[in-house]
Amino acid sequence: MSVTRLREAVSSSAAGVEHDADVLVIGGGPAGAWAATSAASQGGKVVLVDKGCCGTSGATASAGTGVWYVPPDPARRLAAIESREKLGGYLQDRAWMQRVLDRTYESVNLLAAWGYPFPHDDDGSERRTNLWGPDYMRLMRRRVRKAGVTIMDHSPALELLTDAAGVVAGARGIRRQHGDDWIVNARAVVVATGGCAFQSGGLGCNVLTGDGYLMAAEVGAELSGMEFSNAYAICPSFASVTKTRFYSWATFTYQDETQIPGAGSHHGRSVLARTLAAQPVYCRLDKADEATQAIMRASQPNFFVPFDRAGIDPFRQRFPVTLRLEGTVRGTGGLRLTDETCATSVAGLYAAGDAATRELICGGFTGGGSHNSAWAMSSGYWAGAAAADYARQAGPTRARRDLRVAGGVALAASNTAEFDPAQITRAVQAEVLPYQINYFRTAEGLTASLDRLDWLWAALRAAGPSAAEHVVKARESAAMAATARFMYRSALARNETRGMHKREDHPRQDAAQRHHLVSSGLDEIHVRVQPASARAPQEIAA
Amino acid sequence: MIELVSEERCITCNKCVQVCPMNVFDAVEDAPPVIARKQDCQTCFMCELYCPTDALYVAPQVDTAASVDELTLVAAGLLGSYRLRGWAVPPGAPRSTDQSFRLRSPE
Repeated sequence: MSVTRLREAVSSSAAGVEHDADVLVIGGGPAGAWAATSAASQGGKVVLVDKGCCGTSGATASAGTGVWYVPPDPARRLAAIESREKLGGYLQDRAWMQRVLDRTYESVNLLAAWGYPFPHDDDGSERRTNLWGPDYMRLMRRRVRKAGVTIMDHSPALELLTDAAGVVAGARGIRRQHGDDWIVNARAVVVATGGCAFQSGGLGCNVLTGDGYLMAAEVGAELSGMEFSNAYAICPSFASVTKTRFYSWATFTYQDETQIPGAGSHHGRSVLARTLAAQPVYCRLDKADEATQAIMRASQPNFFVPFDRAGIDPFRQRFPVTLRLEGTVRGTGGLRLTDETCATSVAGLYAAGDAATRELICGGFTGGGSHNSAWAMSSGYWAGAAAADYARQAGPTRARRDLRVAGGVALAASNTAEFDPAQITRAVQAEVLPYQINYFRTAEGLTASLDRLDWLWAALRAAGPSAAEHVVKARESAAMAATARFMYRSALARNETRGMHKREDHPRQDAAQRHHLVSSGLDEIHVRVQPASARAPQEIAA
Repeated sequence: MIELVSEERCITCNKCVQVCPMNVFDAVEDAPPVIARKQDCQTCFMCELYCPTDALYVAPQVDTAASVDELTLVAAGLLGSYRLRGWAVPPGAPRSTDQSFRLRSPE
C-alpha cells in the first residue's frame, strides 16, 4: 500500500521537484546548518529542507544564546564538566562532554574566522561565549550556500522513505509556497528538526512541533530521556520573549503587590508554577542596577521590544508573567544516539541538535542555552560527516520503484473521518501545558492524561488523509500528540525525582534509577531501561 | 502578532514572505504582500529585522490583535525600532555590542 501511495504522491505532483542526494538534512536551524556544511565538505551532494526558512527558523535564530565555549585548559574543562553533573542527575557521559567541549571550541573559532563579529572586552580581546541568533544564523545560511548545499525553504518534510529492508532512503514533503511536492532520494538522512515546544508561544518555538520524532518513530527509531521534557521559561504573559536569565534580577509579587515567598527564576520557579496555577503573578526587574540595565539593553535588544512597545519600563513598573512550556527544546529528551557518529537506531538515519537526546552532555536538566548551542553545533557537525561517510559506502541511490513511504497518521488513505489539526493541537496542549499535570507530575495525573492522549491517538489513526492545504498542520498536531505520549509514558516509568523530572509522589532521587529510559513505538509505546554510561559521573547522594 | 505592512514604505521585495518561519505572508503580484495567516504569527520579529525599509510592525501581544495606526507608530519611533537597536549587525559593520559576558547574576 505504501509503495502505491508513493507512486500516487509522485504522479499527483503536477510540477514537483525531485533530487537525488547523498545526504538529506531535514531542518535548517544551527544543528541542520552545521550538518549540511559538514556533509558537503566531503564532496557529496547535499540537500537541506526547512519547514520555514534556513536562517530565521527555530529557537536560535530569533534569540541570543550563550555557548559552552571553554578554552582547552584541563582545569577549566574539568570544572565546566563537573559544574552541571549534580543538576543533570548524574546521567551525563564524561567522554561526550569532553568531545563536545573540543568540537564547540573548534566550531566557534571557525565562526570567528568566517567573520562573526564577536564583541571585544576592555583589553581588546574577543569574547566568544555568546551569539546573537539573527547574526549567527544568517552567517550559517551563507556558509551552507557556499558549501554548495541545495536549500529548500518552506518545504516541510512529511515522511521518510525507506527501501524494502527498512533502510532510510530519503523523504518527501511539500513546497508550501509553490503548492507542489518534493521528493529527495538520499543515501542518508539527518534529522535536525528541533525539539517540541507544543506551540506554547515561546520565542521562535512554534515551528518546533516534534516532527522529526514522529517521522523517525515511524521507521522504528528509539528515543531517550523523554521524561526530561517539562522545561518552562519565564515570559511576560502578553508576549513571546522568553529570557529566564534576566529574571535573576526580578522581584515577584501577588496582585496586591506583596512579595511571593520563595519565588525566583532558578530554585524558586516551582513556587511560580504553583502560584500561577491559582492566580496571576507580577514582577519587576528591580534588582538590576543602572550599569546592569545598560548591559542588558546592549546584550539582548529583543528582550526589550515587547516592553518598549507596550509602554512598560520593566525595571520600574510591574508586569504580569507566565511560564511557557519549552518541552524538549530546553528539555533534554530526543532521538537516541547509538554511537559517536550521532547515528540513530535505524540504518541511514542520523540525528542532531534538539531532535537528538541531549542527555549525553546534560543528563536530565538544562539550565541555560549554552550547552544547547554547543550540542547543536557539535552533534550537527558529527551527524553530517557520518551521514556523508555512510552515503559513500551505501552505493547508488535506489530506484524509486523500490522505495516506500513510512508515514502513517494523517497521510494513510485508510479512513475518511474528519481531522481538525487545530482541535487536536488544543487537546494535546490541554494535557502538556498545565503545571498541575506536567510540572508537578504524579502517577495519577500522568495515567489519566495518557488515557486521554491514547484515545486521541487512536482517533487520529482512524482519520483519513488530510487535504493538501491542511496536511502540514495535521502532521504537526499528530507529532505533538506522539511526543506527549513518549513524554508521559517515560515520566510514568521514572518513579523518582531527577533532573527536571519532578514526581510529587516520589520527591527523592533514587540511586537505583540512575539509568536512561528508552521509548519507541507509536500505537503501543514501549519503555525500556538502558543502564547509564560507564563514563557517567558517580552519583553523590543529595 | 504582525499588524502592519506599510503600503507607503513597502518596495515589494517580498523578503518577509521568504524569511517568515511560519509562512504568514502571501506575495501579491505588483503589490505589497498580504498578511494571509495572522493567527500563525509567532511574534518572533524576524520579518522586521529583514525588512529593508522598516515597513512592518509586529505588536508585542501574542494572543490578542492590537489595533495600530501607522502615523502614531512613526511618531512614537516604533516603526523599525527593533532593527535600529543594533541587533543583527549589518554585514561588514563593526563588532557586535553584545555585552552578555559582563553579566553577573545576583544569586
